[in-house]
Amino acid sequence: MEQFIPLIPLMPLIGFAVLGLAGNNISKLMAAIIGCTAIAVSFVFSLLVFNAQLGTEESVTVTMFNWFEAGSFKVELAFLVDHLTSIFLLIVTGVGLLIHIYSSGYMHDDIAHNRFFTYLNLFIFFMLLLVMGNNYLVMFIGWEGVGLCSYLLIGFWHKVDAYNKAANKAFIMNRIGDLGLLLGIFLLYTKFGTLNFIDIKSHLAEIQVGDPTIVVATLLLFIGAMGKSAQIPLHTWLPDAMAGPTPVSALIHAATMVTAGIYMVVRSNFIYSLAPFTLEFIAIIGLITAFVAATIALFQNDIKKVLAYSTLSQLGYMFLALGVGAYSSGVFHVMTHAFFKALLFLGAGSVIHAMSGEQDLLKMGGLRKKIPLTFITFLIGVLAISGFPFTSGFVSKDEILMSVFYHNKLYFYIAAAVAVITAFYMMRLLMLAFFGTFRGTHEQEHHLHESPASMTMPLVVLAILSMLGGLVQLPHIYGGKPIFEEFLNSIAPTLKHEDASLAMKEWLMLGVTCLGLVVVYFLTKKFYADDKFEGVYTGFKKTLANNYYFDEIYNTLFTKPLNFISQYYNAFDRLVIDGGVDGIGKLVNWGGDKLRYLQTGYTGFYLFAMVLSIAAFLIISLFNLL
Amino acid sequence: MFPLLLLFLPFVSALLLIAMPGKQSKYIAFASSILSLVAILVSLNTLRLDSLSSTLAFNHPWLSSLGSSLSFKIDGIAMVLLLLTNILFPLIVFSTFDREVSKPKGYFALILFMQSALLGVFMAADGLVFYIFWELALIPIYFICLVWGGDGRQRITFKFFIYTLLGSLFMLVALIFLYQHAPNHSFALQDLYMAGEGMTFIQQSWVFWFLFLAFAIKMPIFPFHTWQPDTYTNAPTQGTMLLSGIMLKMGTFGLIRWLLPMVPDAVSTYSTSVIILSLISVVYASAIAIVQVNFKRLIAYSSIAHVGLICAGIFAYKEESIQGALVQMFAHGINVVGLFFICDILQRNTGTDTITELGGIRSINSKFAFWYLIILLGSVALPLTNGFVGEFLLLNGIFQYNAWFAAIGGLTIILGAVYMLRSYQAIMLGETKSKTKAFSALSKSESLLLGIVAIIIVVCGVFPKLILDLSALEVKTMMNALWNSKL
Repeated sequence: MEQFIPLIPLMPLIGFAVLGLAGNNISKLMAAIIGCTAIAVSFVFSLLVFNAQLGTEESVTVTMFNWFEAGSFKVELAFLVDHLTSIFLLIVTGVGLLIHIYSSGYMHDDIAHNRFFTYLNLFIFFMLLLVMGNNYLVMFIGWEGVGLCSYLLIGFWHKVDAYNKAANKAFIMNRIGDLGLLLGIFLLYTKFGTLNFIDIKSHLAEIQVGDPTIVVATLLLFIGAMGKSAQIPLHTWLPDAMAGPTPVSALIHAATMVTAGIYMVVRSNFIYSLAPFTLEFIAIIGLITAFVAATIALFQNDIKKVLAYSTLSQLGYMFLALGVGAYSSGVFHVMTHAFFKALLFLGAGSVIHAMSGEQDLLKMGGLRKKIPLTFITFLIGVLAISGFPFTSGFVSKDEILMSVFYHNKLYFYIAAAVAVITAFYMMRLLMLAFFGTFRGTHEQEHHLHESPASMTMPLVVLAILSMLGGLVQLPHIYGGKPIFEEFLNSIAPTLKHEDASLAMKEWLMLGVTCLGLVVVYFLTKKFYADDKFEGVYTGFKKTLANNYYFDEIYNTLFTKPLNFISQYYNAFDRLVIDGGVDGIGKLVNWGGDKLRYLQTGYTGFYLFAMVLSIAAFLIISLFNLL
Repeated sequence: MFPLLLLFLPFVSALLLIAMPGKQSKYIAFASSILSLVAILVSLNTLRLDSLSSTLAFNHPWLSSLGSSLSFKIDGIAMVLLLLTNILFPLIVFSTFDREVSKPKGYFALILFMQSALLGVFMAADGLVFYIFWELALIPIYFICLVWGGDGRQRITFKFFIYTLLGSLFMLVALIFLYQHAPNHSFALQDLYMAGEGMTFIQQSWVFWFLFLAFAIKMPIFPFHTWQPDTYTNAPTQGTMLLSGIMLKMGTFGLIRWLLPMVPDAVSTYSTSVIILSLISVVYASAIAIVQVNFKRLIAYSSIAHVGLICAGIFAYKEESIQGALVQMFAHGINVVGLFFICDILQRNTGTDTITELGGIRSINSKFAFWYLIILLGSVALPLTNGFVGEFLLLNGIFQYNAWFAAIGGLTIILGAVYMLRSYQAIMLGETKSKTKAFSALSKSESLLLGIVAIIIVVCGVFPKLILDLSALEVKTMMNALWNSKL
């Protein structure tokens, strides 16, 4: 299998190069074929590699070349494939492929269609580097690279300044996280003298739990994760990132890139497990993000914004899982989330497509009859994310909640509340978009149409995955087997909890979930399905609708002061520093001007000065004054 | 003999060029610069085969009464700078190819003289020779700025000249002081090293600060930098490229060759102060770059920030950070020349370099935007571009010195992105404006030049060993000697 491993990232790189060089000289169809084929081939290789990994616990390292070395620092461009990597390979190339296919339909009428595929292929390349690197620095290449692609794709429609601002914001906020990540990397290097995952792991035996260096290093790394995975307080870029075309939101800002932070923590789990303080911190940040974002999502009227805040919230859920030591549950939720959130975003894209670009939920309504296939798949997505029994989302959330329950009861109740809120805002979205009567313009109604097969096919596949994806990790009591967890156990062992009443708790959870969903269904139906709802919010609801005014607060706390400081420095530089230099120049001029008067032209004066000087020198040397 | 060849090639070409008709000047200059490039590439192989090769050194008695000889050597550290110089000169000359240059004879002759002088600075192995070439390099650039510069050039050029000359005087004093303490009254580099080591701490301190002042003005770092933005804005494009691409590396090169090994005790005492000064430079200049509306000034301040980090890394005196400094000097030279060429194209098309008057160019000329983006990525140190490895090694070295310093220096990662993306957005994105509506396609030579710059950026980012390996051995030797002298 080893020979296939380098080909996995190479294919999208080739795709990128070909598409980039060809530009608009090839047809849109051709560009879409090249773009999709590159990912499809990668996907096939990923399957082969995954298949090979199924039978073994051995990881495979493939070294490409020595990237650079200086002094004792040395880093290779090398890939590491183990169970964790192979799962991410499948998610990235699999969901990536579906979204590529979808894009060929969604972006068909866009003038920059070919450029879009160029960027998408480049993104997959960097994302694969991120999950395949055998050391922190190769991971960092991918990490920054996906950030670049995210920047390019958020600002894809580059004539609109608001989009460009959103792109800049995403890049810069990520860079704030990246500084933390880099410092963490430096600290790890200082401590261990290597950045290789496996080498670091082998050094850990002699390290005590709670070692301060390790705690600081893990916290610094986590700052990077907070940036990339949009956790509070570095989360405000993600809602704005919805400026990008919808397939981008699905691929980058839901299914893959934003889960990089989770990947990094799980990849480093052997270090994190030595830092209980950091894990607790991660759990709290995750919990806060999950809760805050969910409450914001309740009052969003833009279909993509609802999904964006929902993504934040679900990412918070994943971090919560990692924080309580349930690594495999976190990764499992990454996978199920990739299925149902990609499905929801692509479904939203299909809705937007049908609505001629409209994203405001208040202008939709009654779409279930007009675009039935989109409706059904979207419904499945909503059920999955809401935790409808035995869908993928149910299984993954159930597992996280269970682990949280054993860790801290308070966390558990908040997390459970988040699950209910999630169900509520998703049902609300569903009601607003698909039930009631159509509230858009006449022209929009006239254009309503189901999307082409290139778009609906991925929806169907993702819907099936969202429904059945949970089966690989179904708890024992339902007759399942935790295959997924066992597969990851060698990389990221999950804490086990012995509990005699486990089965009872599981059944209880199932019951409560069902009950909750029914209540939510009737509530949302009552509030939102009859076209009689408030569209403009006041008071606290307005605060929620405006993201708790995070953007305004950051603007006051950081952006404006930075601008002020810059302006101040600029003036200081001109007036004080440069003015000082000019002042010295003027002083010299002035001094010269005055000294000029010594040049009297009288020989007598010169002689007098000379004698005086000689006398002074004599006195100085006689008395050894210097 | 090889150093002499390198020195005389541009010099003789310049004389030849003066004798020929003005129309051919740029072609002669270009041919000469290509020959120089070929020569340095050939010598790369010699260096690789035998780093102590005598063909790469030259020593001839000169002012024997003064103990100075015409002494040059090419080692790995010098090679990085020589390579940079000889790669950039063809590009700089080439950047004039579809432009009209007034008084071309003088212009290109001065550029070639400049090349001789710069190569001399990087190869000199004798204090007096170093000083002479250091000052020689100032003369051609002075005239380039004075004769071909923009409005108000007399005042600005005068200030630039006096300011750097003042710095050099301090250097001369320090060199003479060292010479007086040299064991056999010689200006030879090794003898000066010995002289420095034998000095008392107080004496070392004087030498340290005098030399540092000269280099700090040249780089420049805060607070000695104010000559730079004005000069960059005012000089003709090629002058700015020479200044920013190569000339400021005289300062950082000077630190590595003529300061660190010279007075090791003073270095270890004052390194913290200098690093703090450098970090102030990084943050201060980055912050100022954010609010610049003139693109050239923006690049000028970003250059101060980059050089500040290089200086900080050098004074962290770790093998990693010195190597990082060298590779970053190389990268910065390439990127800044690319950026000023971008600026030149903007100015040719729109007549302005005020970024608020620009915008929407990407909709008209997406290739141009693409090239700019690549150079931008190099400048913000994205991995797999040339800027990353240097910045990583520098920050890593500074981190080993003091973690907080690395955190402050690391702000460049964020602030660099802020000002570069801001400029990209203002110039390239959004709707077109009146001045950018008629933006034309790139000429063939423009595309070629930008393409070469972009290729170097990516190749050096993917294979940074190409540069790092050149100087690895010398830096190791130097650091070992430095650590041993302290034990």
